This record gives sequence, C-alpha cells and structure tokens, in this order.
Amino acid sequence: MSELLQFLFSGVTVGAVYALVALGFTIIYNASDVVNFAQGEFVMLGGMITWFAHQAGIPLPIAAFLAISITAAIGVAMNKLAIEPARGAPIVSLIIITIGASIFLQGAAQLVFDKQIHDFPAFSGNTPIRVGGATILPQSLWVIGGALAVFVGLWIFFTRTLLGRAVLATSNNRLAAQLVGINTNFVMTLSFALSAGIGALAGVLATPITLTAYNVGIAFALKGFAGAMLGGMGNPKGALVGGFLIGLIEALTAGYLSSQYKDAAAFVVILLVLFVRPQGLFGRKSTDRV
Amino acid sequence: MKMTPKLATLLILAALVLLAPFLFPSNFYYRVGALIFVNSIAVTGIVILTGYAGQISLGHAGFAGIGAYACALAPAHFGIHPALAVVLGAAISALLAWLVGRPILRLKGYYLGVATLGLGILISMMLNNERQLTRGPDGIEVPELGLRALLKGWGLDLTNGQFWYYFCGLCMILGAWLALNLHNSPSGRALRALHGSEVAARTVGVDVARMKLQAFVISAVYASVSGSLLALQNKFITPDVAGFMHSIEMVTMAVLGGVGSVLGAIFGAAILTLLPQVLTVFAEYEQLVLGLVMMLVMIFLREGLLPSILRKLRRKGE
Repeated sequence: MSELLQFLFSGVTVGAVYALVALGFTIIYNASDVVNFAQGEFVMLGGMITWFAHQAGIPLPIAAFLAISITAAIGVAMNKLAIEPARGAPIVSLIIITIGASIFLQGAAQLVFDKQIHDFPAFSGNTPIRVGGATILPQSLWVIGGALAVFVGLWIFFTRTLLGRAVLATSNNRLAAQLVGINTNFVMTLSFALSAGIGALAGVLATPITLTAYNVGIAFALKGFAGAMLGGMGNPKGALVGGFLIGLIEALTAGYLSSQYKDAAAFVVILLVLFVRPQGLFGRKSTDRV
Repeated sequence: MKMTPKLATLLILAALVLLAPFLFPSNFYYRVGALIFVNSIAVTGIVILTGYAGQISLGHAGFAGIGAYACALAPAHFGIHPALAVVLGAAISALLAWLVGRPILRLKGYYLGVATLGLGILISMMLNNERQLTRGPDGIEVPELGLRALLKGWGLDLTNGQFWYYFCGLCMILGAWLALNLHNSPSGRALRALHGSEVAARTVGVDVARMKLQAFVISAVYASVSGSLLALQNKFITPDVAGFMHSIEMVTMAVLGGVGSVLGAIFGAAILTLLPQVLTVFAEYEQLVLGLVMMLVMIFLREGLLPSILRKLRRKGE
C-alpha cells in the first residue's frame, strides 16, 4: 500500500511538470493553431537561466523571476520572428519551424551556458515529509502546487477577464475577433509570453528534483505534447488531466512493470485513446468544412 | 522520345550519380555520396506519404530501424542471406504499417503526428531495451552483403566506398522511378486528390482510407530499405537509426528541399546530409546553424528550396 502511495507521489510530481508543459502547448495552440515543439526548451531555459543567475550570486527568488521574464521575452521574440511570418503555412512546415527553433535554442544554450548537468537548492529544504508510510519531498509540493495555481490562474484569466476572453475569441475566429476590435497581434504576443513563462516556471520548480542541462527540453516537449493530445488539444482542462495522467502512467509502469519501458507506457495509452477517441479525452469532435 | 518530367528527373539523377565522382577531391566523398543516396531513398517515401497524400509521419525512423536490425539479426539468427534480410525487413515494416496504419490514419494533422511519433518511439525503445536480442544502445554489427566480392569475380573491381556509392545511387534511382510511376498512375492521382480534399475525393469514388493506407505502407517500405542499406554499408548499427531525431531529419529533408517532387526532396536530402560535414569545422555552432536553416527556409521559401530556386530561374529567363 505504501509502495503504491510512493509511486503515486512520484507520478503526480512528474505529472505536474508535464501538465505545465501541456498547458503551455494549449495556450499557443489556442491562439495560433500552432503546436510549439520548442515548448520543452522554455522549461530548459527556466532551469538553466535560474542556475546561471543563482550561481552569479543573485538570490534564488530573483534569479527565478529573471529566468521567467527572460524566457517569456524569448517566447515573444520567437512568435515575432518565426511564427508570425509563417502564418498560413501547412502543418508540416510549422512543425519544422518550431523544431528548428527548438534545435536553435539548444544550440544557443550550450554556447551561452555549457553542456554540464546543473541544479540549485530546493526551496524548502530536502527533508522528506512522511505521509501514510510513503515520503514526498517538499519540492514536489511546490511543483504540484505550481501546476494547480497556474491552472486556476488561467481559468480565472480566460473566463473572468476581458483580456482572457479576447484570447478565447481570437482562438475561435481570428477575423471575427479583429472585427469586434480585438488586437489579435497583441493576443498572440501575450499568448507566447504566457506560454513561455509557464514553461520556464515548470523548469524553475522542477530543476531541484529533475536537474537540468541544455538538452532536457525535447523529453519535456514530447511528454507535454502527449499529455495535451491525450486530454484533447486546445482544452486547458484536458491538458491538466492529460499531463497528470501521463506522469501517473509512467510512475506506475516504472514501479510495477518495467522502468525501461516507462516512456513507452504513455505512448501506448495515447495510441489506444486516439484509436477510440480520435479527438482526445476532452476534445470536441471536429467537423470539416468542405 | 518525348522528354517527360519523369524522364527528366531520372536523367538528372543518373547524370549526377555518374558525374559527381569526377569532382571528388578524395575517396571520403564516395561515403558522403552514399549517405546522401540512402537518405534520398527514405525521403522519396516521405514524398509519397506527405507530398502526394498529404499525411504526416513523425515516426518513420522506426521503419528504418526495423530494416536496419533485420539485416543485423536475421542473418545471425535464421542464417538467411543479408540481401534476403532486406526483403524480410521491408515485409515486416509493410505488415506493421498496414496493421497500425488502419486506426492511425483516421487521425488528422497533429493527432496523426503524435500517433506516428508514439509508434516510432515504441520501436526505438524496443531496440534500446531488448538487450539480449539487439545488444541495446551500444549497437550491433551487421554482416557483409557480399555483392562487392561477387562483382569482383566478374571483373568489376570497386573499392568499398565506390561500391556503396554506385549501389546506393542505383537503388535511389530505382526508388525515384517507382515513385514517379506512382505519381502518374490512377493510385497517384487518387492520392493527390485526397490531399486536396478528402471529401471531394470520396464523392468521386476514391476509397480514401485504403489509399492513405497504401501510401503509408509504401513509404514505410522505403524507410525500411533505407535503414537496411545504411546498416549494410556501415556494417554496424545503433538504435539511433530509429530515434525521434532521425524521423524529424527525414521529414525536414523532404520538406526543406520541396516535398511536392521527388527531385526536390532528394535535393533536400543532399543539402542536409552535407551541412553537418561542412559544419564539423564549427562543431559548436552546428545546432545553432541547423535550427536557423530549418526556420529560415520554411519561412521564406515555403514550397522548399528546389521549387523556389526553379521559379526564380524561370522568372529570370522570361
């Protein structure tokens, strides 16, 4: 029993990181119909910049804030320089552009920082908390709390604020949104800043547990993408549930079946779900316009 | 004989294969050329899947992995000739593509992307983890094809590099010929029709699901043969051949060069195979430059390099 609890704890912790990445995917997808494969690099940048700044003597909270702001700015730059000029391009081209951006950011990170593995101290120490025979690190609580806080924040933003509704309107119909006076360019900028910032936050929160290096991004991107697809692309609730599910499936597979195939389990589940529900768990069935 | 685009493409490819060696400063370039041809074969499959039928795959390296490991494992375990192992690998890839393609190809766009991605990752993970069979991430040696010795017996004495250069070049031209025949066949027209609009294609009697499956299976065979040739040529193979980055590489080569035509895609394969060779001088900047090239070409030359260049030349000619 305590064993199961232990696996659940670790699953929820990783799942929270995946959920944050999946939420980042969702925001950009909603605003621009682009699946941003560079999303994982935002996580990497969050961790690496925080480590770099912290090492240079800047206190951790300020370093984290810096990392999130800089990454958000990089997200905005990416939108302006790479995504907006390619509007209307076929999906394959967009996939290649964002993967190109991802490779570019990795290349830049290994030049600016280095190729070593890094971490920084956990926010509230490393004394494990005992719960029902299992233990959980205080940092895990930070990660899980972060994911939930971001989800609630986004929910309030999208349903309760004018700006958030403008983002939703743009994702529904760009032209119609423009016609009612929404600055859709600003909405795009905002979405990329938000998405990159959330990715960086995931990196800041997770690094004390998972460590970071210039090449950790792609794994986060694949899992987050899988989570977002599992829940149904474009649906924040789906992203949250999908991310946590992928984390839990991985942890349970690693615990009970085989740690080598833990990455496989998530993709087997996705294939099965997509066979039965091609639109994902929470996605609405799409109809084609002829 | 009338000069059709098909004939023109084949002649251009043949001329390039035959004439390029005159420009080679050293024997090393036979090896680079052979690599370009191997990649070209995989990329021709992507042209059929993505260029003709408009479907995305982010997991085709998985099939290359099957082809490669068939050549490594089948001769050792079943005692069959490596050449037959290529056929066996292609058959397994085709069967797998056929089985998985049915449910997967109902998906569209990014969903198809993640499903094929999952498929590729599962294959690459099996190659990495089933150590008692594949020896895991360290890789495994592949037996000699033996064709070179046979040619020597017939009086055609080629160095190893030369042999693989001409042999892979021949295979590439053969693959291009098949793909071009498909393009102009009823099946090819059906594929291009469903690329334009699945609904419209269906109303004129195209069996959309069957045609998509056909394209998927054919492109899987191309990827598999490409993997086999890579393995036989290197006499050694690691699971990287089935990895996510290799899948992306295939799609990028095709789209960068121009996924609408066989020649364009092969051009892309040549550019992206040469790029790392050129960049070894600035190894630190390799990723930076590769990422930049991918973004710039897709933003500014959307149809791909070759179609854009041709259009510019034509405009100048007028």
